[in-house]
Amino acid sequence: MEQTEKDVLILAIETSCDETAAAVVKNGREILSNVIYTQIKLHTVFGGVVPEIASRKHIEKINPVIEAALSEAGVTLADIDAVAVTYGPGLVGALLVGVAEAKAIAYAAGKPLIGVHHIEGHISANYIEHRELEPPFLCMVASGGHSHLVLVKDYGEYEIVGRTRDDAAGEAFDKVARAIGLGYPGGPKIDKLAKEGDKNAISFPRAKIADAPDDFSFSGLKSAVLNYLNQCEMKGIEVNKADVAASFQQSVIDVLTEHTAAAAKRLGIKKVAIAGGVASNSSLRTQMEKVCEKNHLTFYHPSPVYCTDNAAMIGVAGYYEYRKGVRDGWDLNAVPNLKIGERKKA
Amino acid sequence: MKILAFDSSGLVASVAVLEEERMIAEYTVNYKKTHSQTLLPMLDEVVKMTELDLNEIDAIAVAAGPGSFTGLRIGSATAKGLGLALDKPLVSVPTLEGIAFNYYGCEDVICPMMDARRKQVYTGLYTFKDGSMQILKDQTACPVEEILAECNALGRKVIFLGDGVPVYRSIIEEKMQVSYTFAPAHMSRQRAGAVGMRAFDYMREDRIETAAQHAPVYLRKSQAERELLAKGKSLE
Repeated sequence: MEQTEKDVLILAIETSCDETAAAVVKNGREILSNVIYTQIKLHTVFGGVVPEIASRKHIEKINPVIEAALSEAGVTLADIDAVAVTYGPGLVGALLVGVAEAKAIAYAAGKPLIGVHHIEGHISANYIEHRELEPPFLCMVASGGHSHLVLVKDYGEYEIVGRTRDDAAGEAFDKVARAIGLGYPGGPKIDKLAKEGDKNAISFPRAKIADAPDDFSFSGLKSAVLNYLNQCEMKGIEVNKADVAASFQQSVIDVLTEHTAAAAKRLGIKKVAIAGGVASNSSLRTQMEKVCEKNHLTFYHPSPVYCTDNAAMIGVAGYYEYRKGVRDGWDLNAVPNLKIGERKKA
Repeated sequence: MKILAFDSSGLVASVAVLEEERMIAEYTVNYKKTHSQTLLPMLDEVVKMTELDLNEIDAIAVAAGPGSFTGLRIGSATAKGLGLALDKPLVSVPTLEGIAFNYYGCEDVICPMMDARRKQVYTGLYTFKDGSMQILKDQTACPVEEILAECNALGRKVIFLGDGVPVYRSIIEEKMQVSYTFAPAHMSRQRAGAVGMRAFDYMREDRIETAAQHAPVYLRKSQAERELLAKGKSLE
């Protein structure tokens, strides 16, 4: 491949949950390869991700996935400038596979090692298809394990503005999907079924936290859906699952979009992005676009493949850490509950 | 022929570099720090101390299980990453064979045991004949009483070693009917040097694998899978 002297190539590895992924990223913005082995089918029978099974699958798949990422990018390890790896947050056993593998590769190949925060990776996915996007911007991160409203002050500088008080948005999707018999993973299944339903059919709550306007809560909404299903069953009323899916989803979307717009206005931020698995929800994307237009905000969102877990986003975040001079030692450990912006300034 | 060997299957983290006639370095730590933080810095120390060029290594040996699931994966992922970057083959050495190799040449029965929790041990029975390892019972997970009964049935002197010994010492003392001893501290745990020496046997028999092929041997299904099987379903 064509490479000028200034080009920086990052090999990125991601194993924080149930995706074994590797990518090669050029200059933080161009994806030369993005290989993802998804284990979703393996966990479906359990109704959710089983950590030990995920870890076992990671160790089986990680070498072929990395080799495919290098060969699809048309590069060898010698061409790589640094190895970036997700070191948290996530499932500790799953993270450790990627961290140990990345350290060994970087060590043997004589390359610098950069530990990347999984959520900072999700946020950085927005840089891939929006070459013009630069900080500062506000990002709504919503996934199975996370719901955060994050202010990106500069490359690699993050401040949490709002967070969920209980369930993550994706968690609520999974729980409701299970309750109406859709199974795992709940997000895509509810998104699909909701298209056939009436989003105004059932009035579910939209929670506000009195003393923290930027925080949100989805546990009450989840309970309201479960109560509704129970009441229907007791009264012998047949449940219209599509209406439940559409009305539930609308409630989540209203909360996410309104909180984002209100926070952007209060902070005086003109650019809004979304990230994480829930950001691939088609109705959320459509409504966020409308809300942003109404509030004169520029809206950015990654393609669905960069919303769900992938290593390209880790390579992008890793590139900006690399530029800042961040280097990790050979004692880098997995940190399952790593906080956003926790890394000490380089 | 030069082998780089790892063992992180239990509480011990160990790295060694060996030639057939010479162990160049061995670094073994039995301390509470997690292997994720220790294993690669230990390798780095060995490499620096012995001015080792990793490209001169012929194969990477790893204690491939059984053991702590996470510990095994740290060792395996480290070996797989090195194998990928250096383009070198891997040798999977069964953990219990590695531990038993501490007693190379011994013609008594060697019984390594690791605490496997759930009232079981990972264990096996080994001996040496004319300088080569004989597997009397291949490694398995079983109640400690079961392996002790097999030791008694063999009717030969037994040497016990491994981290299962302090856990089950009183049961061993109660159940054993043939003569036995416990290994001294310097020979009773995992050592990468022993893993590496056993790996030379495997290499002579061409029992090597690619870094991509290698995966740990757990000898046990995950709890979730066991529960699933109990319900009459299967994973794949």
